[in-house]
Amino acid sequence: MDLKDLLALKEKELAARKPIVIRCCTAAGCLSSRGEAVKERLERAVYDAGLGERVEVRGVGCLRLCCQGPLVQVDPDNLLYERVTPEEAGSIVDALNGEKVSVARGNPNDPFFTKQQSIVLANSGVVDPNRIESYVAADGYQALHQALHEMTPKAVVEEMLASGLRGRGGAGYPTGLKWATVQKAAGAKKYVICNADEGDPGAFMDRSVLESDPHSVLEGMALGAYAVGADQGYIYVRAEYPLAIARLQTAINQARRLGVLGSAVFESPFHFNVDLRIGAGAFVCGEETALMASVEGKRGTPRPRPPFPAESGLWNCPTLINNVETFANVPAILRRGGAWFAGIGTERSKGTKVFALAGKIRNTGLIEVPMGTPLRVIVEEMGGGAPDGASIKAVQTGGPSGGCIPAEHLDTPVDYDSLNKLGSIMGSGGMIVMDDSTRMVDVARFFMEFCMDESCGKCIPCRAGTVQIHGLLAKVLAGEATARDLGQLEELCDLVKNTSLCGLGQTAPNPVLSTLRFFRREYEELLLPDPFAVKLAVPEGTVSVEIR
Amino acid sequence: MLTCTSNGKRKAVAAVLEHASGDKRFKILETHMKRHQHKADALIEVLHKAQELFGFLDDGLMLFVAHHLKLPPSRVYGVATFYHFFTLKPKGAHTCVVCLGTACYVKGADRVLRAIETRAGIKAGETTPDKQFSLVTARCIGACGIAPAVVYDGTVTPRQTPEGALERVKGWCSHGP
Repeated sequence: MDLKDLLALKEKELAARKPIVIRCCTAAGCLSSRGEAVKERLERAVYDAGLGERVEVRGVGCLRLCCQGPLVQVDPDNLLYERVTPEEAGSIVDALNGEKVSVARGNPNDPFFTKQQSIVLANSGVVDPNRIESYVAADGYQALHQALHEMTPKAVVEEMLASGLRGRGGAGYPTGLKWATVQKAAGAKKYVICNADEGDPGAFMDRSVLESDPHSVLEGMALGAYAVGADQGYIYVRAEYPLAIARLQTAINQARRLGVLGSAVFESPFHFNVDLRIGAGAFVCGEETALMASVEGKRGTPRPRPPFPAESGLWNCPTLINNVETFANVPAILRRGGAWFAGIGTERSKGTKVFALAGKIRNTGLIEVPMGTPLRVIVEEMGGGAPDGASIKAVQTGGPSGGCIPAEHLDTPVDYDSLNKLGSIMGSGGMIVMDDSTRMVDVARFFMEFCMDESCGKCIPCRAGTVQIHGLLAKVLAGEATARDLGQLEELCDLVKNTSLCGLGQTAPNPVLSTLRFFRREYEELLLPDPFAVKLAVPEGTVSVEIR
Repeated sequence: MLTCTSNGKRKAVAAVLEHASGDKRFKILETHMKRHQHKADALIEVLHKAQELFGFLDDGLMLFVAHHLKLPPSRVYGVATFYHFFTLKPKGAHTCVVCLGTACYVKGADRVLRAIETRAGIKAGETTPDKQFSLVTARCIGACGIAPAVVYDGTVTPRQTPEGALERVKGWCSHGP
């Protein structure tokens, strides 16, 4: 396989395209609403109507507006159909002949779609994730060819540094710097790992990327491997994502067959193999050192850093470990240049970010917006606000490691630094909207319960601290706590935050601290009066003083 | 060989191997281990396969895996108990997984769970005495766009209500109150 073959494959695929394309969402969300049956019914209807020459029914990845699934989009008329049932699906095909359609029509010009800017999701909902040809037709694997034949590994890293891309897994470490460190690290054997252990409850971006466009992740990993000099890659996926696992396996097999993975990629001396590693349901394995222990087949417990994985990672070899979304950004950056990418977003947060919008909001689904987009635009314009006339109370970002941003701060631009300032984090991109009916203390308890269950038990502050914090929160909720307990809660949060070994423990108190910061009243309303507070008898007419 | 020297353990391994020789599923598991070249780092993959074949991991099965991957049984047991996905107890004929991710939780997944718990007379993580029905919770199945989601025997079902969920599990838990 060389560039000529690749371009020929693209031309062949484009030439085979039919004038009308019916795109059916076959991501996990829509499949659970009988999306597969809808697709089958559409294929049969096209065949029955004798339109096989003109119409293509294509199963694609996520069409983003998950709450209205299964979604079907018809090109080139740009018609969107929502909540399609298998029974009604045929009428979409009838509509092509000018008949009346019985399926509910969506509005593809809703701000939910028009305010998005796609880099990571550019192929999502367009290419068929089960066919590599479909990805090649969308300029896939051209960046890899270009890098292997026209760029040195150093130049690839330079381009990544110029792009200003920061890790999309949550911490936001500059990707270019990480790549440069692994490149410089001494060692004959190096590894590339893709962290697809998307454990944050309320986040499903990585799942959608893997299900919709697995090849972009593979291409990004291959580019990373070329840049740092690795020849073996692992993708660590959660066992909870069976569809993503199946599509990745298909993608890896197809890429090997085509010669874009394996030995002598694009007739160059570059070798790269990718294997899947399936997680087994441990949240802590999203932490990089724990993840590597799990890849080695051990209990997923973290270890102290340094040494960082870039120097000593998997089997003590230098290891490049990045998140799914980070790798999915790479092919586009190399195809269009780091400077182009750096032109999007804010000064310190470049590019776009994919968010999973969920919770008490009208439009739930997947969005990709430039960094720096105000939260208000995301939840009110794109998300359509809270349903049933309720008002938005807070937006939770960053899962159990993040915090709640209250409604009065909705004008905050969404970037790494602004969210940090509010005591929350960007996290991997889960965004849960909460309305007035949500009790914030209960939310804090919910997240603490999560961290308590998921603590691996290696270090004491996290193992014991999360249990104690959870106990205190339960006490507050039961109406049995006093102001002293609240003080102890804060002290304990501070301790767990500063003394835990890994990111899980260090960020576990965040939901408590942020709700205490913005919704302290809700905690205080649940407190018992302090039994030690003394009321002094004061002469009538003066202001009463309470001493605690 | 297995890194245990005591007579009791050796006997246990011998018993397991003898029992395994008559079961086809052990043969499949052995082939699977061979495909991973009996490497120790394939332990989680092997346990996945073992659970897929047998439904749960009992002591004999773990000893079998330990023996073939040349690992101490403690290592296999340690891994099997660390990860939530592995279960050491048999599951019921039907399984219902209630997602308790944040999105599902704020949309009332806890009410759905409580309704099923009351109906089946068991708590989350338990199986009914007649081995018909297991109730499990998940931390997030990534179906937040269609919250609250419940998985009935492997089928993800969107937008559940307590009433709808009870309707689905009605036939599975005959011994509920």
